[in-house]
Amino acid sequence: MKIIVLVKQVPDTETNIKVGDKSINEAGIKWIISPYDEFAIEEGLRLREKNGGEVIAVSLGPDRVQESLRQAYAMGADRAVQIKVDNYVPFDTVLTAELIANFAKAENADIIIGGRQSIDSDSSQVVIQVAEGLGIAHISFAVSLEISGTSVKATKEVEGGTQVVETSLPVAITAQKGLNEPRYPNLKGLMAAKKKPIETKTPADLGNPASKIEVVGLEPPPPRIPGRKLEAADAKGFAEQLVKALREEAKVI
Amino acid sequence: MSNVLIVGELKNGELKKISKEITSAGRKIADALGGKVTALLIGSGVEKFAGDLGAVGADSIVTVNAGDFNAETWANLVAGVIKEKNPSVVLVPHTSQGKDYSPRVAVKVGAGIVADAVGLSVDGGKVVAKKPIYSGKAYGNFKITSPIAIFTVRPNSQEVVQKAGAGAAEAASPSAGDAKVKIVSSDLSGGNKVQLAEASIIVSGGRGIKGPENWPVLQGLADVLGAALGASRAAVDAGWISHSHQVGQTGKTVSPNCYIACGISGAIQHLAGMGSSKYIVAINKDGDAPIFKVATYGVVGDLFEVVPALTDEFKKVLG
Repeated sequence: MKIIVLVKQVPDTETNIKVGDKSINEAGIKWIISPYDEFAIEEGLRLREKNGGEVIAVSLGPDRVQESLRQAYAMGADRAVQIKVDNYVPFDTVLTAELIANFAKAENADIIIGGRQSIDSDSSQVVIQVAEGLGIAHISFAVSLEISGTSVKATKEVEGGTQVVETSLPVAITAQKGLNEPRYPNLKGLMAAKKKPIETKTPADLGNPASKIEVVGLEPPPPRIPGRKLEAADAKGFAEQLVKALREEAKVI
Repeated sequence: MSNVLIVGELKNGELKKISKEITSAGRKIADALGGKVTALLIGSGVEKFAGDLGAVGADSIVTVNAGDFNAETWANLVAGVIKEKNPSVVLVPHTSQGKDYSPRVAVKVGAGIVADAVGLSVDGGKVVAKKPIYSGKAYGNFKITSPIAIFTVRPNSQEVVQKAGAGAAEAASPSAGDAKVKIVSSDLSGGNKVQLAEASIIVSGGRGIKGPENWPVLQGLADVLGAALGASRAAVDAGWISHSHQVGQTGKTVSPNCYIACGISGAIQHLAGMGSSKYIVAINKDGDAPIFKVATYGVVGDLFEVVPALTDEFKKVLG
Protein backbone atom coordinates (compact mmCIF):
# COMPACT_ATOMS: atom_id res chain seq x y z
CA MET A 1 0.00 0.00 0.00
CA LYS A 2 1.49 3.33 -1.03
CA ILE A 3 0.33 6.18 1.20
CA ILE A 4 1.06 9.83 0.50
CA VAL A 5 0.64 12.17 3.46
CA LEU A 6 0.47 15.89 2.83
CA VAL A 7 2.48 18.01 5.22
CA LYS A 8 1.93 21.76 5.09
CA GLN A 9 4.25 24.02 7.00
CA VAL A 10 2.46 26.97 8.61
CA PRO A 11 3.30 29.67 11.14
CA ASP A 12 2.72 28.56 14.73
CA THR A 13 -0.62 29.86 16.02
CA GLU A 14 1.11 31.85 18.76
CA THR A 15 3.42 33.58 16.27
CA ASN A 16 2.99 37.28 15.75
CA ILE A 17 2.13 37.88 12.06
CA LYS A 18 3.56 40.98 10.35
CA VAL A 19 1.87 41.77 7.10
CA GLY A 20 4.01 42.60 4.08
CA ASP A 21 2.77 43.81 0.71
CA LYS A 22 1.91 40.46 -0.90
CA SER A 23 3.08 38.02 1.75
CA ILE A 24 3.86 38.02 5.44
CA ASN A 25 7.21 39.04 6.86
CA GLU A 26 8.83 35.71 7.68
CA ALA A 27 11.46 37.09 10.07
CA GLY A 28 11.03 35.61 13.53
CA ILE A 29 8.26 33.19 12.55
CA LYS A 30 8.19 29.79 14.21
CA TRP A 31 7.05 27.18 11.68
CA ILE A 32 5.07 24.06 12.53
CA ILE A 33 3.25 21.28 10.72
CA SER A 34 -0.38 22.37 10.31
CA PRO A 35 -2.17 20.59 13.20
CA TYR A 36 -4.66 18.67 11.02
CA ASP A 37 -1.80 17.31 8.90
CA GLU A 38 -0.40 15.69 12.06
CA PHE A 39 -3.59 13.59 12.20
CA ALA A 40 -2.96 12.71 8.54
CA ILE A 41 0.65 11.62 9.18
CA GLU A 42 -0.44 9.53 12.16
CA GLU A 43 -3.21 7.84 10.16
CA GLY A 44 -0.79 7.11 7.32
CA LEU A 45 1.60 5.45 9.76
CA ARG A 46 -1.18 3.39 11.34
CA LEU A 47 -2.43 2.22 7.93
CA ARG A 48 1.12 1.14 7.00
CA GLU A 49 1.60 -0.63 10.33
CA LYS A 50 -1.58 -2.60 9.70
CA ASN A 51 -1.44 -3.14 5.96
CA GLY A 52 2.24 -2.85 5.04
CA GLY A 53 3.58 -0.58 2.32
CA GLU A 54 5.21 2.81 2.60
CA VAL A 55 4.40 6.31 3.80
CA ILE A 56 5.65 9.18 1.68
CA ALA A 57 5.53 12.61 3.32
CA VAL A 58 5.19 15.43 0.78
CA SER A 59 5.57 19.12 1.47
CA LEU A 60 5.40 22.03 -0.93
CA GLY A 61 7.47 25.14 -0.41
CA PRO A 62 10.96 26.63 -0.02
CA ASP A 63 13.79 24.83 1.75
CA ARG A 64 12.48 25.62 5.23
CA VAL A 65 9.76 22.96 4.71
CA GLN A 66 12.50 20.31 4.99
CA GLU A 67 12.31 20.85 8.73
CA SER A 68 8.67 19.66 8.70
CA LEU A 69 9.60 16.72 6.49
CA ARG A 70 12.30 15.72 9.00
CA GLN A 71 9.65 15.75 11.68
CA ALA A 72 7.52 13.42 9.53
CA TYR A 73 10.59 11.20 9.20
CA ALA A 74 11.02 11.25 12.97
CA MET A 75 7.41 10.14 13.42
CA GLY A 76 8.04 7.21 11.07
CA ALA A 77 7.62 8.19 7.41
CA ASP A 78 9.57 6.04 4.93
CA ARG A 79 10.30 8.71 2.35
CA ALA A 80 10.13 12.49 2.27
CA VAL A 81 9.63 14.63 -0.81
CA GLN A 82 9.92 18.38 -1.09
CA ILE A 83 8.14 19.98 -4.02
CA LYS A 84 10.46 22.92 -4.21
CA VAL A 85 8.56 26.13 -4.86
CA ASP A 86 10.53 29.14 -3.72
CA ASN A 87 7.95 31.87 -4.26
CA TYR A 88 5.24 29.74 -2.70
CA VAL A 89 1.77 31.28 -2.37
CA PRO A 90 -0.04 29.32 0.34
CA PHE A 91 -3.45 30.28 -1.05
CA ASP A 92 -3.10 28.89 -4.56
CA THR A 93 -4.91 25.61 -3.97
CA VAL A 94 -5.47 24.65 -7.62
CA LEU A 95 -1.76 24.95 -8.44
CA THR A 96 -0.77 23.09 -5.27
CA ALA A 97 -3.26 20.30 -5.97
CA GLU A 98 -2.13 19.90 -9.58
CA LEU A 99 1.52 19.50 -8.52
CA ILE A 100 0.59 16.97 -5.84
CA ALA A 101 -1.78 15.06 -8.16
CA ASN A 102 0.95 14.77 -10.78
CA PHE A 103 3.35 13.48 -8.14
CA ALA A 104 0.77 11.00 -6.80
CA LYS A 105 0.05 9.78 -10.32
CA ALA A 106 3.73 9.09 -10.99
CA GLU A 107 3.96 7.20 -7.67
CA ASN A 108 0.76 5.28 -8.35
CA ALA A 109 -0.41 6.02 -4.80
CA ASP A 110 -3.29 4.11 -3.20
CA ILE A 111 -4.08 6.66 -0.51
CA ILE A 112 -3.57 10.40 -0.28
CA ILE A 113 -4.28 11.85 3.13
CA GLY A 114 -4.05 15.40 4.42
CA GLY A 115 -5.60 17.60 7.08
CA ARG A 116 -9.17 18.85 6.70
CA GLN A 117 -7.72 22.33 6.24
CA SER A 118 -4.49 24.18 6.91
CA ILE A 119 -4.51 26.79 9.63
CA ASP A 120 -2.95 29.54 7.48
CA SER A 121 -5.46 29.63 4.62
CA ASP A 122 -8.40 27.55 5.97
CA SER A 123 -9.40 26.66 2.41
CA SER A 124 -10.33 22.94 2.75
CA GLN A 125 -9.59 22.48 -0.96
CA VAL A 126 -6.30 20.80 -1.82
CA VAL A 127 -6.88 17.12 -0.92
CA ILE A 128 -10.26 16.98 -2.70
CA GLN A 129 -8.83 18.79 -5.73
CA VAL A 130 -6.08 16.15 -5.84
CA ALA A 131 -8.80 13.46 -5.80
CA GLU A 132 -10.57 15.14 -8.72
CA GLY A 133 -7.29 15.56 -10.60
CA LEU A 134 -6.64 11.84 -10.22
CA GLY A 135 -10.27 10.87 -10.88
CA ILE A 136 -10.50 8.99 -7.56
CA ALA A 137 -12.90 8.94 -4.61
CA HIS A 138 -12.55 11.30 -1.65
CA ILE A 139 -13.80 11.24 1.93
CA SER A 140 -13.65 14.54 3.75
CA PHE A 141 -13.70 15.22 7.51
CA ALA A 142 -12.89 11.59 8.38
CA VAL A 143 -13.15 10.75 12.09
CA SER A 144 -12.59 7.02 11.63
CA LEU A 145 -11.06 4.96 8.85
CA GLU A 146 -10.80 1.22 8.21
CA ILE A 147 -9.10 -0.21 5.17
CA SER A 148 -8.91 -3.90 4.42
CA GLY A 149 -7.77 -5.15 1.06
CA THR A 150 -9.10 -2.52 -1.31
CA SER A 151 -12.28 -1.72 0.60
CA VAL A 152 -12.54 1.51 2.55
CA LYS A 153 -15.01 2.25 5.32
CA ALA A 154 -15.02 5.60 7.08
CA THR A 155 -17.05 7.78 9.38
CA LYS A 156 -17.11 11.41 8.32
CA GLU A 157 -18.39 14.50 10.07
CA VAL A 158 -21.29 16.18 8.29
CA GLU A 159 -23.52 19.08 9.24
CA GLY A 160 -25.40 18.07 12.37
CA GLY A 161 -23.75 14.69 12.87
CA THR A 162 -21.82 11.90 11.18
CA GLN A 163 -22.13 9.58 8.21
CA VAL A 164 -20.74 6.12 7.56
CA VAL A 165 -19.47 5.82 3.99
CA GLU A 166 -17.85 3.10 1.90
CA THR A 167 -15.67 3.13 -1.17
CA SER A 168 -12.65 1.36 -2.56
CA LEU A 169 -9.03 2.27 -3.14
CA PRO A 170 -7.58 4.50 -4.43
CA VAL A 171 -8.95 7.22 -2.19
CA ALA A 172 -8.13 10.69 -0.88
CA ILE A 173 -8.96 11.46 2.75
CA THR A 174 -9.10 14.65 4.79
CA ALA A 175 -8.41 14.12 8.48
CA GLN A 176 -10.66 15.67 11.10
CA LYS A 177 -9.84 16.01 14.80
CA GLY A 178 -10.84 12.75 16.50
CA LEU A 179 -9.36 10.47 13.81
CA ASN A 180 -6.43 9.60 16.11
CA GLU A 181 -3.91 11.00 18.58
CA PRO A 182 -0.69 11.90 16.74
CA ARG A 183 2.43 10.31 18.24
CA TYR A 184 5.41 12.34 19.37
CA PRO A 185 8.70 11.65 17.62
CA ASN A 186 11.20 10.09 20.05
CA LEU A 187 14.80 11.20 20.44
CA LYS A 188 16.14 8.25 18.45
CA GLY A 189 13.74 9.04 15.63
CA LEU A 190 14.74 12.69 15.68
CA MET A 191 18.45 11.84 15.50
CA ALA A 192 17.92 9.34 12.67
CA ALA A 193 15.71 11.80 10.75
CA LYS A 194 18.61 14.24 10.46
CA LYS A 195 20.51 11.86 8.22
CA LYS A 196 17.70 10.70 5.97
CA PRO A 197 17.55 11.91 2.37
CA ILE A 198 14.90 14.37 1.21
CA GLU A 199 13.96 13.93 -2.42
CA THR A 200 13.32 17.12 -4.36
CA LYS A 201 10.89 17.72 -7.20
CA THR A 202 10.48 20.98 -9.06
CA PRO A 203 7.29 22.28 -10.71
CA ALA A 204 9.02 21.52 -14.05
CA ASP A 205 9.23 17.84 -13.01
CA LEU A 206 5.49 17.88 -12.31
CA GLY A 207 3.98 19.39 -15.42
CA ASN A 208 4.60 23.07 -14.61
CA PRO A 209 0.95 23.96 -13.91
CA ALA A 210 -0.09 27.61 -14.09
CA SER A 211 -1.33 29.66 -11.17
CA LYS A 212 -4.91 30.88 -11.30
CA ILE A 213 -4.70 33.22 -8.31
CA GLU A 214 -3.37 36.75 -8.14
CA VAL A 215 -2.47 38.11 -4.72
CA VAL A 216 -3.72 41.70 -4.74
CA GLY A 217 -2.36 42.43 -1.29
CA LEU A 218 -2.34 41.59 2.39
CA GLU A 219 -3.55 43.86 5.13
CA PRO A 220 -3.84 43.82 8.91
CA PRO A 221 -7.19 42.66 10.30
CA PRO A 222 -9.90 45.33 10.46
CA PRO A 223 -9.96 47.20 13.77
CA ARG A 224 -12.41 45.77 16.29
CA ILE A 225 -15.30 47.80 17.60
CA PRO A 226 -13.76 49.22 20.79
CA GLY A 227 -14.88 47.22 23.81
CA ARG A 228 -15.79 48.20 27.32
CA LYS A 229 -16.34 46.44 30.59
CA LEU A 230 -19.81 47.00 32.02
CA GLU A 231 -20.26 48.13 35.60
CA ALA A 232 -23.20 46.98 37.67
CA ALA A 233 -24.08 46.19 41.27
CA ASP A 234 -25.45 42.70 40.62
CA ALA A 235 -26.29 40.11 37.95
CA LYS A 236 -29.63 41.74 37.21
CA GLY A 237 -27.89 45.06 36.63
CA PHE A 238 -25.43 43.45 34.21
CA ALA A 239 -28.28 41.70 32.39
CA GLU A 240 -30.26 44.92 31.94
CA GLN A 241 -27.24 46.77 30.60
CA LEU A 242 -26.28 43.94 28.25
CA VAL A 243 -29.76 43.64 26.80
CA LYS A 244 -29.87 47.39 26.27
CA ALA A 245 -26.42 47.45 24.65
CA LEU A 246 -27.10 44.52 22.33
CA ARG A 247 -30.53 45.78 21.28
CA GLU A 248 -30.08 49.53 21.10
CA GLU A 249 -26.37 50.07 20.46
CA ALA A 250 -25.24 46.98 18.57
CA LYS A 251 -28.74 46.19 17.24
CA VAL A 252 -27.88 42.50 16.87
CA ILE A 253 -30.69 40.99 18.95
CA MET B 1 -20.92 40.28 -20.22
CA SER B 2 -20.04 38.75 -16.89
CA ASN B 3 -22.76 36.59 -15.49
CA VAL B 4 -22.88 35.29 -11.95
CA LEU B 5 -24.04 31.86 -10.84
CA ILE B 6 -24.81 31.24 -7.19
CA VAL B 7 -25.27 27.74 -5.84
CA GLY B 8 -27.88 27.75 -3.09
CA GLU B 9 -28.17 25.29 -0.24
CA LEU B 10 -31.10 23.71 1.53
CA LYS B 11 -31.51 22.14 4.93
CA ASN B 12 -34.39 19.75 5.56
CA GLY B 13 -36.13 21.03 2.47
CA GLU B 14 -35.86 24.68 3.54
CA LEU B 15 -33.78 27.38 1.93
CA LYS B 16 -30.77 28.31 4.05
CA LYS B 17 -30.06 31.96 4.82
CA ILE B 18 -26.62 31.66 3.16
CA SER B 19 -28.47 31.10 -0.15
CA LYS B 20 -30.00 34.57 0.12
CA GLU B 21 -26.72 36.06 1.35
CA ILE B 22 -24.80 34.92 -1.72
CA THR B 23 -27.65 35.83 -4.07
CA SER B 24 -27.49 39.41 -2.76
CA ALA B 25 -23.70 39.38 -3.05
CA GLY B 26 -24.01 37.99 -6.58
CA ARG B 27 -26.47 40.75 -7.50
CA LYS B 28 -23.98 43.42 -6.42
CA ILE B 29 -21.21 41.81 -8.48
CA ALA B 30 -23.46 41.38 -11.53
CA ASP B 31 -24.58 45.02 -11.33
CA ALA B 32 -20.95 46.15 -11.26
CA LEU B 33 -20.00 43.88 -14.14
CA GLY B 34 -23.18 44.34 -16.20
CA GLY B 35 -24.41 40.77 -16.03
CA LYS B 36 -27.22 38.54 -14.86
CA VAL B 37 -27.58 36.46 -11.70
CA THR B 38 -28.63 32.86 -12.01
CA ALA B 39 -29.30 30.88 -8.85
CA LEU B 40 -28.91 27.12 -8.92
CA LEU B 41 -30.83 24.94 -6.49
CA ILE B 42 -30.41 21.18 -6.31
CA GLY B 43 -32.97 18.99 -4.57
CA SER B 44 -36.56 17.98 -4.92
CA GLY B 45 -39.38 20.53 -5.11
CA VAL B 46 -36.91 23.42 -5.13
CA GLU B 47 -38.84 25.47 -7.76
CA LYS B 48 -40.91 26.91 -4.92
CA PHE B 49 -37.94 28.99 -3.76
CA ALA B 50 -37.66 30.89 -7.05
CA GLY B 51 -39.61 33.81 -5.62
CA ASP B 52 -37.50 33.95 -2.43
CA LEU B 53 -34.29 34.21 -4.44
CA GLY B 54 -35.87 36.52 -7.01
CA ALA B 55 -36.72 38.94 -4.18
CA VAL B 56 -33.03 39.25 -3.26
CA GLY B 57 -31.73 39.71 -6.79
CA ALA B 58 -31.77 36.47 -8.81
CA ASP B 59 -32.80 37.02 -12.44
CA SER B 60 -33.46 33.35 -12.98
CA ILE B 61 -33.43 30.11 -11.04
CA VAL B 62 -32.14 26.86 -12.44
CA THR B 63 -33.49 23.84 -10.61
CA VAL B 64 -32.06 20.35 -10.72
CA ASN B 65 -34.08 17.49 -9.31
CA ALA B 66 -31.89 15.25 -7.14
CA GLY B 67 -31.95 13.10 -4.03
CA ASP B 68 -29.70 13.30 -0.97
CA PHE B 69 -26.42 15.19 -0.99
CA ASN B 70 -23.36 13.39 -2.29
CA ALA B 71 -20.25 15.48 -2.97
CA GLU B 72 -19.30 13.68 -6.17
CA THR B 73 -22.71 13.83 -7.87
CA TRP B 74 -23.26 17.41 -6.67
CA ALA B 75 -19.92 18.37 -8.20
CA ASN B 76 -21.01 16.84 -11.51
CA LEU B 77 -24.35 18.65 -11.41
CA VAL B 78 -22.86 22.03 -10.54
CA ALA B 79 -20.09 21.66 -13.15
CA GLY B 80 -22.72 20.65 -15.72
CA VAL B 81 -24.72 23.82 -15.10
CA ILE B 82 -21.54 25.95 -15.16
CA LYS B 83 -20.63 24.50 -18.56
CA GLU B 84 -24.09 25.22 -19.89
CA LYS B 85 -24.49 28.73 -18.46
CA ASN B 86 -20.84 29.78 -18.75
CA PRO B 87 -20.79 32.29 -15.86
CA SER B 88 -17.59 34.19 -15.13
CA VAL B 89 -18.22 34.27 -11.37
CA VAL B 90 -19.57 31.41 -9.23
CA LEU B 91 -20.46 31.81 -5.54
CA VAL B 92 -20.77 28.74 -3.32
CA PRO B 93 -21.55 28.59 0.43
CA HIS B 94 -18.48 27.88 2.58
CA THR B 95 -20.45 25.24 4.49
CA SER B 96 -19.62 21.61 5.12
CA GLN B 97 -21.41 20.71 1.87
CA GLY B 98 -19.82 23.53 -0.10
CA LYS B 99 -16.37 22.54 1.13
CA ASP B 100 -17.06 18.96 0.05
CA TYR B 101 -18.03 19.55 -3.62
CA SER B 102 -16.51 22.94 -4.57
CA PRO B 103 -12.90 21.63 -4.90
CA ARG B 104 -14.05 19.08 -7.48
CA VAL B 105 -16.07 21.68 -9.37
CA ALA B 106 -13.04 24.00 -9.63
CA VAL B 107 -10.90 21.25 -11.16
CA LYS B 108 -13.70 20.04 -13.46
CA VAL B 109 -14.25 23.47 -15.03
CA GLY B 110 -10.61 24.59 -14.89
CA ALA B 111 -11.37 27.46 -12.53
CA GLY B 112 -9.33 29.13 -9.85
CA ILE B 113 -10.99 29.19 -6.46
CA VAL B 114 -10.70 31.34 -3.35
CA ALA B 115 -12.30 29.70 -0.33
CA ASP B 116 -13.83 31.30 2.76
CA ALA B 117 -14.27 34.80 1.35
CA VAL B 118 -15.82 37.35 3.72
CA GLY B 119 -15.68 40.33 1.36
CA LEU B 120 -16.41 40.55 -2.36
CA SER B 121 -15.78 43.67 -4.42
CA VAL B 122 -15.16 44.41 -8.08
CA ASP B 123 -12.01 46.05 -9.43
CA GLY B 124 -11.08 46.36 -13.10
CA GLY B 125 -13.75 43.90 -14.21
CA LYS B 126 -12.62 41.24 -11.75
CA VAL B 127 -13.90 40.20 -8.35
CA VAL B 128 -11.54 40.83 -5.44
CA ALA B 129 -12.17 38.43 -2.57
CA LYS B 130 -11.09 39.29 0.94
CA LYS B 131 -10.51 36.48 3.41
CA PRO B 132 -9.07 36.14 6.90
CA ILE B 133 -5.75 34.28 6.86
CA TYR B 134 -3.26 33.14 9.52
CA SER B 135 -6.00 32.56 12.10
CA GLY B 136 -7.48 36.01 11.48
CA LYS B 137 -4.18 37.76 12.20
CA ALA B 138 -4.15 39.11 8.64
CA TYR B 139 -6.56 39.55 5.73
CA GLY B 140 -5.69 38.74 2.14
CA ASN B 141 -7.17 40.15 -1.07
CA PHE B 142 -7.16 37.85 -4.08
CA LYS B 143 -8.23 37.89 -7.72
CA ILE B 144 -8.70 34.86 -9.90
CA THR B 145 -7.09 34.94 -13.33
CA SER B 146 -8.91 32.03 -15.01
CA PRO B 147 -12.02 32.76 -17.17
CA ILE B 148 -14.28 31.24 -14.49
CA ALA B 149 -13.71 32.38 -10.91
CA ILE B 150 -15.17 30.43 -8.01
CA PHE B 151 -15.50 31.81 -4.49
CA THR B 152 -16.79 29.98 -1.45
CA VAL B 153 -18.40 32.54 0.85
CA ARG B 154 -18.47 32.42 4.64
CA PRO B 155 -22.00 32.33 6.12
CA ASN B 156 -23.09 35.59 7.83
CA SER B 157 -20.47 37.60 5.95
CA GLN B 158 -22.84 39.06 3.32
CA GLU B 159 -25.89 41.23 3.85
CA VAL B 160 -29.25 40.11 2.48
CA VAL B 161 -30.59 43.02 0.40
CA GLN B 162 -34.11 43.08 -1.01
CA LYS B 163 -33.79 43.80 -4.72
CA ALA B 164 -36.21 42.39 -7.22
CA GLY B 165 -35.02 40.19 -10.04
CA ALA B 166 -37.32 38.15 -12.23
CA GLY B 167 -36.81 34.92 -10.35
CA ALA B 168 -38.17 32.83 -13.22
CA ALA B 169 -37.55 29.13 -12.72
CA GLU B 170 -36.27 26.77 -15.39
CA ALA B 171 -35.41 23.13 -14.94
CA ALA B 172 -32.10 21.61 -15.98
CA SER B 173 -30.99 18.01 -15.92
CA PRO B 174 -27.22 17.75 -16.18
CA SER B 175 -25.68 14.34 -15.68
CA ALA B 176 -25.14 13.40 -12.04
CA GLY B 177 -22.77 10.56 -12.95
CA ASP B 178 -21.91 7.77 -10.58
CA ALA B 179 -20.48 8.32 -7.10
CA LYS B 180 -17.53 6.22 -6.00
CA VAL B 181 -18.42 6.85 -2.37
CA LYS B 182 -21.60 5.24 -1.06
CA ILE B 183 -23.37 6.62 2.00
CA VAL B 184 -24.20 3.69 4.27
CA SER B 185 -25.91 5.47 7.15
CA SER B 186 -26.32 8.90 8.74
CA ASP B 187 -26.58 9.85 12.38
CA LEU B 188 -27.74 13.43 12.74
CA SER B 189 -28.73 13.26 16.41
CA GLY B 190 -25.60 14.82 17.93
CA GLY B 191 -25.91 18.27 16.47
CA ASN B 192 -27.26 21.63 17.40
CA LYS B 193 -30.84 22.72 16.82
CA VAL B 194 -29.27 25.76 15.18
CA GLN B 195 -26.23 25.14 12.95
CA LEU B 196 -23.12 26.46 14.65
CA ALA B 197 -21.13 27.53 11.59
CA GLU B 198 -24.07 29.47 10.16
CA ALA B 199 -25.69 30.77 13.35
CA SER B 200 -26.13 34.53 13.69
CA ILE B 201 -26.03 34.26 17.49
CA ILE B 202 -23.88 31.79 19.46
CA VAL B 203 -23.85 31.13 23.20
CA SER B 204 -20.62 29.36 24.03
CA GLY B 205 -19.22 27.82 27.20
CA GLY B 206 -15.75 26.95 28.41
CA ARG B 207 -14.00 25.58 31.46
CA GLY B 208 -15.95 28.05 33.61
CA ILE B 209 -19.16 26.07 33.22
CA LYS B 210 -17.54 23.51 35.53
CA GLY B 211 -19.27 20.37 34.23
CA PRO B 212 -21.58 18.86 31.62
CA GLU B 213 -24.56 19.10 33.97
CA ASN B 214 -24.50 22.89 33.58
CA TRP B 215 -25.12 23.17 29.82
CA PRO B 216 -28.86 23.79 30.46
CA VAL B 217 -27.87 27.18 31.93
CA LEU B 218 -26.44 28.20 28.55
CA GLN B 219 -29.00 26.29 26.49
CA GLY B 220 -31.74 28.28 28.24
CA LEU B 221 -30.23 31.53 26.97
CA ALA B 222 -29.57 30.01 23.53
CA ASP B 223 -33.22 28.92 23.24
CA VAL B 224 -34.54 32.38 24.06
CA LEU B 225 -32.24 33.93 21.43
CA GLY B 226 -32.61 31.22 18.78
CA ALA B 227 -28.86 30.77 19.14
CA ALA B 228 -26.54 27.81 18.59
CA LEU B 229 -24.62 26.29 21.49
CA GLY B 230 -20.82 26.41 21.19
CA ALA B 231 -17.93 25.29 23.35
CA SER B 232 -14.23 25.91 23.81
CA ARG B 233 -11.62 23.22 23.35
CA ALA B 234 -11.23 22.95 27.14
CA ALA B 235 -14.89 21.96 27.54
CA VAL B 236 -14.72 19.49 24.64
CA ASP B 237 -11.44 17.91 25.76
CA ALA B 238 -12.87 17.48 29.25
CA GLY B 239 -15.59 15.35 27.64
CA TRP B 240 -18.40 17.71 28.62
CA ILE B 241 -19.80 18.08 25.08
CA SER B 242 -19.18 16.61 21.62
CA HIS B 243 -16.51 17.96 19.26
CA SER B 244 -19.21 19.13 16.83
CA HIS B 245 -19.81 22.05 19.22
CA GLN B 246 -16.19 23.15 19.36
CA VAL B 247 -15.33 26.65 18.18
CA GLY B 248 -11.72 27.42 17.41
CA GLN B 249 -8.70 26.29 15.49
CA THR B 250 -9.41 22.57 15.85
CA GLY B 251 -13.15 23.14 15.77
CA LYS B 252 -15.42 25.34 13.72
CA THR B 253 -14.77 28.83 12.43
CA VAL B 254 -17.76 31.04 13.10
CA SER B 255 -18.72 34.61 12.21
CA PRO B 256 -21.97 35.33 14.04
CA ASN B 257 -23.36 38.80 14.61
CA CYS B 258 -23.15 38.12 18.31
CA TYR B 259 -20.94 35.66 20.20
CA ILE B 260 -21.60 35.28 23.91
CA ALA B 261 -18.58 33.66 25.56
CA CYS B 262 -19.39 32.28 29.01
CA GLY B 263 -16.55 31.11 31.23
CA ILE B 264 -14.13 31.08 28.28
CA SER B 265 -10.65 32.46 28.97
CA GLY B 266 -9.91 33.21 25.31
CA ALA B 267 -6.85 31.21 24.25
CA ILE B 268 -5.43 32.29 20.91
CA GLN B 269 -6.71 29.06 19.31
CA HIS B 270 -10.23 29.94 20.41
CA LEU B 271 -9.93 33.50 19.12
CA ALA B 272 -8.82 32.04 15.77
CA GLY B 273 -12.27 30.46 15.44
CA MET B 274 -14.50 33.29 16.64
CA GLY B 275 -12.41 36.45 16.33
CA SER B 276 -14.35 37.69 13.31
CA SER B 277 -17.66 37.72 15.21
CA LYS B 278 -19.23 41.17 14.85
CA TYR B 279 -20.05 41.67 18.53
CA ILE B 280 -18.49 39.66 21.32
CA VAL B 281 -19.87 39.46 24.84
CA ALA B 282 -17.57 37.97 27.48
CA ILE B 283 -18.84 36.81 30.84
CA ASN B 284 -16.00 35.63 33.04
CA LYS B 285 -15.02 35.79 36.70
CA ASP B 286 -11.38 36.55 35.87
CA GLY B 287 -11.16 40.18 34.81
CA ASP B 288 -7.68 39.58 33.37
CA ALA B 289 -8.80 36.81 30.98
CA PRO B 290 -7.61 37.47 27.40
CA ILE B 291 -11.18 37.19 26.09
CA PHE B 292 -11.78 40.72 27.43
CA LYS B 293 -9.23 42.08 24.93
CA VAL B 294 -11.57 41.19 22.05
CA ALA B 295 -14.91 41.59 23.82
CA THR B 296 -17.21 44.42 22.77
CA TYR B 297 -19.03 44.09 26.10
CA GLY B 298 -17.28 42.56 29.08
CA VAL B 299 -18.94 41.37 32.25
CA VAL B 300 -16.63 40.43 35.11
CA GLY B 301 -18.90 38.18 37.10
CA ASP B 302 -20.19 34.71 37.85
CA LEU B 303 -21.80 33.18 34.77
CA PHE B 304 -24.11 31.10 36.99
CA GLU B 305 -25.69 34.37 38.17
CA VAL B 306 -25.31 36.54 35.08
CA VAL B 307 -26.49 34.08 32.39
CA PRO B 308 -29.83 33.21 34.09
CA ALA B 309 -30.44 36.91 34.74
CA LEU B 310 -29.71 37.61 31.08
CA THR B 311 -32.08 34.85 29.99
CA ASP B 312 -34.86 36.36 32.15
CA GLU B 313 -34.22 39.85 30.84
CA PHE B 314 -34.29 38.71 27.19
CA LYS B 315 -37.48 36.73 27.87
CA LYS B 316 -39.06 39.97 29.08
CA VAL B 317 -38.10 42.08 26.07
CA LEU B 318 -38.46 39.41 23.38
CA GLY B 319 -41.68 38.18 24.90
